[in-house]
Amino acid sequence: MSWIDIGTLDDIPLRGARVVKTPLGCVALFRPAEDEVYALSDRCPHKGGPLSDGIVHGKQVTCPLHNWVFSLETGAAQGADQGQVATYSVRIEGGRLLMDATELGKRDAA
Amino acid sequence: MTEKLVIIGAGMASGRVIEHLLETAPDAYDITLFNAEPRGNYNRIMLSPVLSGDKTYAEIITHSDDWYAANGVHTRFGQKITRIDRAAKTVTSEAGEVLAYDKLLFATGSNPFIIPLPGHDLEGVIAYRDLEDTHRMMEMQAGNKVVVIGGGLLGLEAAAGMAARGADVTVVHIMGHLMERQLDEAAGYLLKKSLEEKGITVRLSANSKEIAGADGKVRALVLDDGTELPCDLLVMAVGIRPNTALAAEAGLAVGKGIHVDDQMLTSDADVLAVGECVEHDGAIFGLVAPLYDQAKVAAQTLLGQDAAFRQKSLSTKLKVTGCDLFSAGDFTAGDTREDIVFRDPARGVYKRLVLEGDRLVGAVMYGDTSDGNWFFGLIKDGTDVSEMRDTLIFGPAYQGGAAADPLSAVAALPRDAEICGCNGICKGTIVDAIEGGATDLPALKATTKASASCGTCTGLVEQLLEVKLGEDYAAPQAQPICACTDHTHEDVRRLIKAKALKSQPAVWQELGWKTPNGCHVCRPAVNFYLLADWPVEYQDDPQSRFVNERKHANIQKDGTFSVVPRMWGGLTNPRELRAIADAAEKYDAKTVKVTGGQRIDLLGIKGTDLPAIWADLNKAGLVSGHAYSKGLRTVKTCVGTDHCRFGTQDSTGLGVKLEQALWGSWTPHKVKLAVSGCPRNCAEATCKDVGIVCVDSGYQIGVGGAAGMDLKETQRLADVATEEEAMEMTVAFVQLYREHAKYLDRPYKWLAKVGLEWVRARIVDNAAERHALVERFELSQSIYRKDPWAEHAKDKAETYQPLADLTLEAAE
Repeated sequence: MSWIDIGTLDDIPLRGARVVKTPLGCVALFRPAEDEVYALSDRCPHKGGPLSDGIVHGKQVTCPLHNWVFSLETGAAQGADQGQVATYSVRIEGGRLLMDATELGKRDAA
Repeated sequence: MTEKLVIIGAGMASGRVIEHLLETAPDAYDITLFNAEPRGNYNRIMLSPVLSGDKTYAEIITHSDDWYAANGVHTRFGQKITRIDRAAKTVTSEAGEVLAYDKLLFATGSNPFIIPLPGHDLEGVIAYRDLEDTHRMMEMQAGNKVVVIGGGLLGLEAAAGMAARGADVTVVHIMGHLMERQLDEAAGYLLKKSLEEKGITVRLSANSKEIAGADGKVRALVLDDGTELPCDLLVMAVGIRPNTALAAEAGLAVGKGIHVDDQMLTSDADVLAVGECVEHDGAIFGLVAPLYDQAKVAAQTLLGQDAAFRQKSLSTKLKVTGCDLFSAGDFTAGDTREDIVFRDPARGVYKRLVLEGDRLVGAVMYGDTSDGNWFFGLIKDGTDVSEMRDTLIFGPAYQGGAAADPLSAVAALPRDAEICGCNGICKGTIVDAIEGGATDLPALKATTKASASCGTCTGLVEQLLEVKLGEDYAAPQAQPICACTDHTHEDVRRLIKAKALKSQPAVWQELGWKTPNGCHVCRPAVNFYLLADWPVEYQDDPQSRFVNERKHANIQKDGTFSVVPRMWGGLTNPRELRAIADAAEKYDAKTVKVTGGQRIDLLGIKGTDLPAIWADLNKAGLVSGHAYSKGLRTVKTCVGTDHCRFGTQDSTGLGVKLEQALWGSWTPHKVKLAVSGCPRNCAEATCKDVGIVCVDSGYQIGVGGAAGMDLKETQRLADVATEEEAMEMTVAFVQLYREHAKYLDRPYKWLAKVGLEWVRARIVDNAAERHALVERFELSQSIYRKDPWAEHAKDKAETYQPLADLTLEAAE
């Protein structure tokens, strides 16, 4: 594990999202509650919609293109839809957001 | 043999250490107790009851001078330690006394954090920490104004205490809801409501800028929006910082607090620390329960016994009369958690449980906290709750209970709450009619006129019938907005007005939402209803909007956006066209298309380029065309009398004026207008939401047209003689639609429900109501008639960019 600082918690609006560009593609960071952040791939498995542009409700996000709903916790599509979005580790430490460079395929992040 | 123990700080933690030592081994230590405050140990958490007058200082003293004397504790009150020599194992007091120790215990507590705002050192700016502060606050009474910065536990207790003494108290809190560390939004909303009922003003999301003074004394708090809050006393209750200065000087390991291990030993094996001054495993402590645990462990360590301090779940209660709240455990961070939410709007009750697997990990309650300790027990013990999961939230006494009653919101309305806005019928009138024998909807309409006009309150009237008649009344099934609620759109709209609900948490709580914060279906609708009904009080929530309205551009299937600048009435000029052409090239628009609404669409613009393209277009005077909004889109025009040989009126001019009056307004669905200069109708006005056809004698105003999923020809609302009248009718119609229609109903759908006659009666036949509608529209427009592109390009550009780019190699 190699944790790198990618920004502050307050950079993400409550019930909103921001994107981090990684070697694995764009990762969306969601903030469903004051002290909660989840990281998921920013690409809907249905038609590639940007999940970071969706509406965040409870611990779910709705894709803006065709209203598929995904669990922020597991990345699984909800309801009748079948699909899975990759999830990533993210930690909050003293208001800073940390992600694991190893997991994101970036070597030598120091 | 007896060893020498020196304790620095007489507080709740060290008091507990002394008690444990005296109980277990009274002869083990010869204790000397230093305290910077000129008194011994008192129950600091009971300062709030002292402030509110519920207790006196004498009642909260834990250890009196007599107690110390009787137990052989040497006291040095009002004396600070100035130096510690760990090699020689001595302490030096400010009086010059040098004392040797075998063991030293730090209990130096914490200092209140004072925000270094300009003016923080003025007379009358205090923290809430000790008895002196409490006495200062007790001087406040009727006629005094007080500002409290900080909407946490301590700040609110201070505010409530002074309000109880008659002072005019305003709480300024930087976050969006009160006590955000212990409460979620719904509970925070209920708490705010209770405090406001006590006469306390609560300002949320408020940033303090400076403290203004006069003659060296505090005069007012100034917020960053320029608001001045006059005050005679300003209390900062924004948190604590462990008091580590002395420990650091003595060379002990110090981080946020004095570092201690599980045995409460510092980096020096003969020096211990307990209480608010310590840092254990990265955490610092402000509540009393862990301090007592630490005290016990420290005493055992001092006596050579094996003991270890473990951090546990905590529970909180607010000591404010009439604010019944409880919070325990961890109800926010973490993966794989599930919520159980219970709301009873009639009783103002909110409960939320957070489960992780088969265990309860957190609980928040407001209004009814009687089961709090039972839940806290389940959290602390890690009890497997899978067996009682379905009924868990009803508490220990009510296993197998019923679901929340969707009728309770209506049952809770007071008799004078207006149900039928058209006819001004209150709940009491309807209830009396039901009791008088009007037991179905037609009978009620006939006797009270309730729901006899536009019909949007039908759902509420039916619920009243159900409440009064119970199972004898079989209501027709109405469609709720979504699975989050049992209420229909119409019910929610009426209840927002009747109960004066002015925030989303208020709607979720008072109307018994079944989810913590709605879903993608109900959130945009509720957000619209609130901003339409309370344009001044309610703050639009971008996170409750579909991406198009959040990013002010239309998302395309590949995730890029389309950008459509406004062309007033379809008019443009070479300068604007050049700017559009330049922007299309610079930002690599994939397609440039002329729209049906007489303007130009730039397609394929990257989301990250939006603020920049807007800034460029703004420079040429172009603003957002709102081509993405449930709001005013376009006003299509023909060239009218300027050039056309058939034109009867200045249709282009009227179109421009209408667009300038209406742009920026949010509506239930998109709104398109057109003005044709003669009955040849080149602007296709007869299939628009509002279409005006100019004739020789004036203007024919049609409403409710559409050329989308359904094809509808407009119906004639009125014929008027002047341009001013045409403007007024149009604006009044749009406002009536904003105030009454269901979210995502175009005007023709709404008209089909309420009927054109009902609309005419309000707009055409009733000049007073028409003027009032125009006035309300103008009030709303004073907030919303502005260019969102300019605002976002200036203040929010950063949020359109990635938070970080990890594909770039690090520079160093």
